[in-house]
Amino acid sequence: MATPAKSPTPQKKTNGKAGNGTWVGKRMKRKEDPRMIRGISHYTDDLKLAGMVHCAFTRSPHAHAEIKAIRTDAAKALPGVIAVYTSADTTGLGPVPCAIQMPDLKVPRHPVLAEGRVRYVGEPVAVVVAEDLYIARDAAELVEVDYEPLPAVTDLEKALGKDSPLVHEQLKSNQAFTHQLKNGDVEAGFKKADRIVKQRMMNQRLAPIAMEPRAVVAEYLPGENRLTVWSSTQIPHLLKTQISLLVGLPETAVRVIAPEVGGGFGSKLNVYGEEGVVPWLAMKTGRPVKWNEGRRENFMATIHGRDALNDVELALKKDGTILGMRARVLADMGAYHQLLTPLIPQLTALMHAGCYKIPAIQIDIIGVFTNKMSTDAYRGAGRPEATFNVERIMELGAREMGMDPAEFRRKNFPLPKEFPYTTVTGLTYDSAKYQESLAKALKLSGYDSLRRRQKEGWKRGKYYGVGVSTYVEICAIGPSAATPAGGWESGTVRIEPTGKVTVLTGASPHGQGEETTFAQLVADQLGIDPQDVNVVHGDTLAVPYGIGTFGSRATAVGGTAIYMATQKLKSKLATLAAHLLGSKPADISIGRGQLTAKSGKRIPFGEVVLAAYTARNIPVGFEPGLEATHFFEPSNFTFPFGCHVCSVEVDIETGEIKIEKYVAVDDCGNVINPLLVAGQIQGGIAQGLGQALWEEVVYNDDGQLVTGTLMDYAIPKAHLLPEFTLDHTVTPSPVNPMGVKGVGEAGTIASTPCIVNAVCDALSPFGVRHIEMPLKPERVWNAIRTAKAIPAIAASAEAPRKREAVRRRA
Amino acid sequence: MTKNVTITVNGVERRASVEPRLLLVHFLRENAGLTGTHVGCETSLCGACTVLLDGRAVKSCTVLAVQADGRNITTVEGLASGDQLHAIQEGFWEEHGLQCGFCTPGMIMCSHDLLEHHPNPSDSEIREGINGNLCRCTGYQHIVAAVKNAAQKMSRPTAARAGAR
Repeated sequence: MATPAKSPTPQKKTNGKAGNGTWVGKRMKRKEDPRMIRGISHYTDDLKLAGMVHCAFTRSPHAHAEIKAIRTDAAKALPGVIAVYTSADTTGLGPVPCAIQMPDLKVPRHPVLAEGRVRYVGEPVAVVVAEDLYIARDAAELVEVDYEPLPAVTDLEKALGKDSPLVHEQLKSNQAFTHQLKNGDVEAGFKKADRIVKQRMMNQRLAPIAMEPRAVVAEYLPGENRLTVWSSTQIPHLLKTQISLLVGLPETAVRVIAPEVGGGFGSKLNVYGEEGVVPWLAMKTGRPVKWNEGRRENFMATIHGRDALNDVELALKKDGTILGMRARVLADMGAYHQLLTPLIPQLTALMHAGCYKIPAIQIDIIGVFTNKMSTDAYRGAGRPEATFNVERIMELGAREMGMDPAEFRRKNFPLPKEFPYTTVTGLTYDSAKYQESLAKALKLSGYDSLRRRQKEGWKRGKYYGVGVSTYVEICAIGPSAATPAGGWESGTVRIEPTGKVTVLTGASPHGQGEETTFAQLVADQLGIDPQDVNVVHGDTLAVPYGIGTFGSRATAVGGTAIYMATQKLKSKLATLAAHLLGSKPADISIGRGQLTAKSGKRIPFGEVVLAAYTARNIPVGFEPGLEATHFFEPSNFTFPFGCHVCSVEVDIETGEIKIEKYVAVDDCGNVINPLLVAGQIQGGIAQGLGQALWEEVVYNDDGQLVTGTLMDYAIPKAHLLPEFTLDHTVTPSPVNPMGVKGVGEAGTIASTPCIVNAVCDALSPFGVRHIEMPLKPERVWNAIRTAKAIPAIAASAEAPRKREAVRRRA
Repeated sequence: MTKNVTITVNGVERRASVEPRLLLVHFLRENAGLTGTHVGCETSLCGACTVLLDGRAVKSCTVLAVQADGRNITTVEGLASGDQLHAIQEGFWEEHGLQCGFCTPGMIMCSHDLLEHHPNPSDSEIREGINGNLCRCTGYQHIVAAVKNAAQKMSRPTAARAGAR
């Protein structure tokens, strides 16, 4: 990796009390940035190998169709085309793996190229290899496929109906699995309730849209029997194992490299058919092969997120105490399972207790096949869906009980002294002070004055709303017993003979900045400068086996592995220094570039390091060298939490929403780099707002993808977003020695219900209870038009116009 | 059928015989070997491929190489002079204006155009000015800070800036 142009120095803006070291807690500029801002870093598509050719896929234009015939002659005849393959050629390759096992889970065969039938728009049918990208794409269009279209199903409820077309005929139904989580006496809770609050909510389908589309380059050297695959992935090690199974090479022959990865958000936490096909093409043609996904393919054939229909019920006592919760969730799997598809809704079930004391719960989930692209992990992966359900039903509960929504929440929080707190869903929350983050967010937002202004505004026909969302999320995924492929992480620290430090991490950052944060934590432990620490990741030949970066786990699990490895080295350094200084290891301290004995005698760090390598003067039994590896298995997840508050104004004539203020108070435990934490929170909030306000993957009834470009699928733009006001509380996690929790998904989880709560709050005088996301002006306007109540508007200059607007909508 | 073009990229004149349909972004990446300019959508909607064409920001995925014949292109690789980063690059670094870095070259080139025409932009002018460039990581807040940081640096004489380093 490139060397930074200049050495970053610790900056004074330390953002409070999180810091506890020379480097940890500091707002340090990123080590990875110089190569990126100069445009000299290397993403997969930037690689150019000698003799490299390109491939392109012919994809299904139908959501469901029988393939009657495929003719490749015209494509093969195009000058520059090297080969064209269909499923007839790839019989030994695949299938695309699903890592989830459940008792009644149906896992239909998922071929790398469609076999006889296509089941979603964008399913790959043939692949073309050609001398350049333009020829490959031309030839992919020359592949002639005779399709006999079949009826498709895209609606979750219709898919479970008796007359529905079947996505997989042999399964006899579109039901992929059922899952129930039940604890406590749910029936009794609902029976003795003074009020039962119910709401149906659709958590719409989203596209992750990492700015770098997927890309794969593969090279096979038959002499060495060495397959090297560069892929834009979050999980190089797991991908290596899976590629060896997909193409049938021993795992020792496969090397996967995740070079610079341009964002993932869960979409690259997967094993895709193309990641099997491209290496196979390299083996078959004897040439290095590149595939880069266009954005249109990215919309069609990279996993989507969310897409669940939720019916949620809350049982309440007169005083607002929660007696029980029930939810029925229909979760859209798409046409096939990808790596973790059926797991995601289970996370929704687990997190359905939110940050509340709920004595009884029942969550029933049905996974449903439809003729759409697979769903899978998208930033938050199941937890945003849970938090949306919980925070919306809490909001409605407060409203129906005539209580302030903030007060209603506080009433149902567990107290700090109750932690570790075991939830009704069976999780043990590590540590939290929900009251503190709520109080801080209310104060920072000026909640009371927002409420006063709201009431006063209603009189004038101005519709202000205040949204509150108190969330908890499950991070640091996770204990291996609770994960499909191991929940530990590896970390290796090697002090080189010159005293520079190489860190190898099994985590695979793709924007999170771990080259910086991991350097900060190692630098503090060894008393050296982070510039002398080089963090290496993403190369399975260089780095011990690891799991990857997802589920806000890299720092809490991967960082802890490095921390633990560093402790092993510190102990070794102390032993050697004691030997050299004539002291005892227990009397040696490390810091400021030297090792110091209690006697006051000291020796430079570099001298001890060199002594470990020259090995001429070492204690008896001392193992030369300075390298240590730790595989860290966490004892529990971590549970970051916080409170977001926003205020909006809704224009009832146009349905437009203006976000006036957005306050986020998050608690991710101890902070290693406040600058990077702020970046994660801000980016997360933006994605959550995107879901609330603009984003939606739309398939029509025939299964055609209607939102196939960035023109139709609206991700947030700079001028649409407000400035976010951030603050935090610090509740260290007892699960790992650094007390860190994870922050990658917090913003996304909290912000979606926060905005929807605010908009529905603004329109409460109309009796609007709920509006389905995204809250496009048309939907908001229609909700006002069809609302039951007509609010009273007091006399004011604007009143006649506002009254007219209200009357018109009736 | 190919056509001869001469395109000056970051001050270096490059001659090539290209297909008329070759996109400028592919000319830069494949012919000139400058892969700092990224392809994010191929439909001019994301801005990852933004470069300067005779000093103005364009999305190089919707400009043909033949349209750039005889003209000057500046890419992100052409901004720094040796070890001295451009003020906008420094701004992005100091304010954490990037995470995955994929949109960054385009965002920087777009900001270059913005600051050329609005040397002292307000937050909302920055947000309007970069709204043709998408970033999925940052939520834009640190990008706004980065552009402001750069504007302040660029309003000071270069010598003072270099001295402060």
